[in-house]
Amino acid sequence: MKYTPHTPDEVREMLSSLGLNTIDDLFADIPEEVKLKRPLNLPSGMSELEVKKHLAKLASQNGSADKYLTFLGAGVYDHYVPSVVNHILLRSEFYTAYTPYQAEMSQGVLQSIFEYQTMICELTGLDITNASMYDGGSALAEAALMAVNQTRRDKILVLATIHPEYRSVVKTYTWGPGITVVEAPRKNGTVDLEKLEELIDDKTAAVLVQQPNFFGQLEPVEEISRLIHAKKGLLVAAVDPISLGILKPPAEYGADIAVGDGQALGNGLAFGGPHLGFFAARKDLARRMPGRLVGLTTDRQGNRGFVLTLQAREQHIRREKATSNICSNQALNALAATVYLATVGKKGLKEIALQSLQKAHYAFERLIGEGYEPLFTGPFFKEFVVKVKNEEEITQKLLKHHILAGPGISRFYPELAPALMIAVTEKRTREEIDTLVEVMGGDR
Amino acid sequence: MGSYPLIFELSKEGRTGFELPELDVPAKDVTKLLPEGMFRETEPDLPEVAEVDVVRHYVGLSRRNFGVDNGFYPLGSCTMKYNPKINEDTSRLAGFAELHPYVPEELAQGALELLYDTEQYLKEITGMDRFTLQPAAGAHGEFTGIMIIKAYLAKRGEKRTKVIVPDSAHGTNPATAAMCGFDVISIKSNDRGLVDPEELAKVLDKDVAALMLTNPNTLGLFEEEIVKIAKMVHDVGGLLYYDGANLNAILGVTRPGDMGFDVMHINLHKTFSTPHGGGGPGSGPVGVKAHLAEFLPVPVVEKEGDRYYFNYNLPNSIGKVRTFYGNFLVVVKAYTYLKALGGEGLVDVSQKAVLNANYLREKLKKYFYLPYDRLCKHEFVLSGKWQKEKGVRTLDIAKRLLDYGVHPPTIYFPLIVDEALMIEPTETESKETLDRFIEVMVAISREVEENPELLHEAPHVTPVGRLDEVGAARNPILRWSKDWQK
Repeated sequence: MKYTPHTPDEVREMLSSLGLNTIDDLFADIPEEVKLKRPLNLPSGMSELEVKKHLAKLASQNGSADKYLTFLGAGVYDHYVPSVVNHILLRSEFYTAYTPYQAEMSQGVLQSIFEYQTMICELTGLDITNASMYDGGSALAEAALMAVNQTRRDKILVLATIHPEYRSVVKTYTWGPGITVVEAPRKNGTVDLEKLEELIDDKTAAVLVQQPNFFGQLEPVEEISRLIHAKKGLLVAAVDPISLGILKPPAEYGADIAVGDGQALGNGLAFGGPHLGFFAARKDLARRMPGRLVGLTTDRQGNRGFVLTLQAREQHIRREKATSNICSNQALNALAATVYLATVGKKGLKEIALQSLQKAHYAFERLIGEGYEPLFTGPFFKEFVVKVKNEEEITQKLLKHHILAGPGISRFYPELAPALMIAVTEKRTREEIDTLVEVMGGDR
Repeated sequence: MGSYPLIFELSKEGRTGFELPELDVPAKDVTKLLPEGMFRETEPDLPEVAEVDVVRHYVGLSRRNFGVDNGFYPLGSCTMKYNPKINEDTSRLAGFAELHPYVPEELAQGALELLYDTEQYLKEITGMDRFTLQPAAGAHGEFTGIMIIKAYLAKRGEKRTKVIVPDSAHGTNPATAAMCGFDVISIKSNDRGLVDPEELAKVLDKDVAALMLTNPNTLGLFEEEIVKIAKMVHDVGGLLYYDGANLNAILGVTRPGDMGFDVMHINLHKTFSTPHGGGGPGSGPVGVKAHLAEFLPVPVVEKEGDRYYFNYNLPNSIGKVRTFYGNFLVVVKAYTYLKALGGEGLVDVSQKAVLNANYLREKLKKYFYLPYDRLCKHEFVLSGKWQKEKGVRTLDIAKRLLDYGVHPPTIYFPLIVDEALMIEPTETESKETLDRFIEVMVAISREVEENPELLHEAPHVTPVGRLDEVGAARNPILRWSKDWQK
């Protein structure tokens, strides 16, 4: 299948207007020694019908959430996505556009980003938000770089209870410029505050915390905030945006930068991507923000309009002095988050958070009632970890009943194994949770 | 059309567009579930609107936006080709869209096969030996690639500090090198718009970690001395990084791996048609030659017999550059496109892209100054300097194009061309569309002579007129506030 519209006559005509005879003449400037002198060794093209069948077959081999009852979490959550979200995403004026460099022709995407920025500011309590980052992990890493630049200090403290993949991304990003990353140990399911206090010094640019943390547990964020601010470092909080329907926003406990993964806001599971990272900060950090910002302005008639602004921080103007190299971001996913938040509204988001909380605690208490022991006993939001006899066996047993739970904790914290992570969203019904408990029951 | 309301301004207390089923588990007192101090005291001020409000509002916004489906979009170096609709359908198949990243591997075999096969395609197209599909965008790919070079050098015990970037390079190149802790050395292009081997020789020494190059470059010109350049860089122990933003021009004709590049990224959203989404999501796979494969981010996808699996066992890996495995659904779109086109379809892409660019270049050079008058690849750069002499800037020309329903080319880039207009028509545009664009550009060049005010005041037919960007930056308003209503 080809998508080029040229007829053979047109090709001849266009070549002749260039004084050329064959298509190959167009590539005369490529040295012979680097030309590929054989056809690409790839299968022949397929018709649309064949491609569709082939892709449908691959898709059918996967254990997706439409076929399995899912209690998988660990950073990606099966929250409900209202139909309206996908319908707006399918407006091709949005999805086939480029970055809005010509503002007058791109008011749609620019205004949607402005609305997105407002919503993320409302959720986090912070002053400014950029137009999106790749995901929660890369947003956290860029926040660490921003904290280093702002404080001119070169040490980052990362809590050991942060998503292991996020920590891995932070390590990769900070290795290049030679930033020291120190992991602050946990004590049970949350940070060891005493050890943290010892680790914070005058070289600490920031403490990175996740709330709720990887285990679903709630960190003592007020205490952490007090400790780092006493040494004039910054607090960076990675937060679950759904939890902000009921939990204290990061600004209220003193976070200077709040980041997170926006997947839960109207973006599906997607095998881990594309999702979006959100990134919010205090106003005075505006000129250090990575990525794009959209600002309000007017045209000559006084009409309200929106433009990319403060671009002097960005790579296309500042080149090697830019605050970050990010160029393409996750604009369409940010649009999904915007439409999602507009649809569920303030009442809806609160209800989603409350139902997730209630249902997770129902599942937890029923499993405890069946004799399971929690790995940690601190307060949690929608996710928890229970000890099991054998991770592999219980996972397989659940699979036989078409239930997905986990992952097993051994994947990330071998010293805590055997235990299983369980996430419960508002989508799960009492009956579904009872089924999980029934299958797991008797195994402990 | 003028101003358009914000979703917040449609909000009415008590209106809803969303409902959940009744809570069907016994409700507990939430203050018993969580400690008191954890709750938020003020509600986030999200809009209270009905579903119909949401739909009309965002459909309305979509009508104030311009995409490839609306018309010609010759934005240079961005490869705004038509995106086949099947890509959207396949990426929405539940087996992909509703797949959790932590399902057991036996339940992700279809997804893993797709990732594995995409890598095989990309290897053949580029002549590289291994790929990671983890980077989320081109610049993210650059970051990954330069970190791989850094890790490779570190393992060899070398402390090279410099990365060389031509003055015509994309801004992401120097930003990436700096972000990875390197000093950026810029080199001047010669009068043919190419890397000057003599200039290069002056900066090549044992401190050079890499040269970052796009080929064809941002002027749309093929670096004819690439083999010599590669040898020069390798001779001092440096590596060659290929910026794949312009890969659309050479599919099946030449390969970065054969030109001597060690590392490269591909912009799947450009070359392999996964739409740009108004600024993302993209996908920026990174390919390396065999000697660098051990440094790729984890995990990489492997095959053993009929089984596919994630391999995390790369002791020298740079680590992860983002969570999970990358922008997977974007890869699904690229894979769909690769399957549809096949080898011969990919060659056709480059042939028609280059044909279209040269056709436009030849027809427009009488009306706009063409600084490098020679065969181009997928794009070419005009200069508005003749028009500037008459008081009309390239920005004015761009804004006037909006009135004709055409998205303007990239302007003021590359920096080495005065009043630059960088035009990339892509392969999916017909001769009729190109001829119409030529007519429009000729008409505008006439307007410059006859009625420059028309250009200074453009655009005239867009939802809003020319916007005050300076004012926006001087007094940044980056969010709506409810105080506006008072």
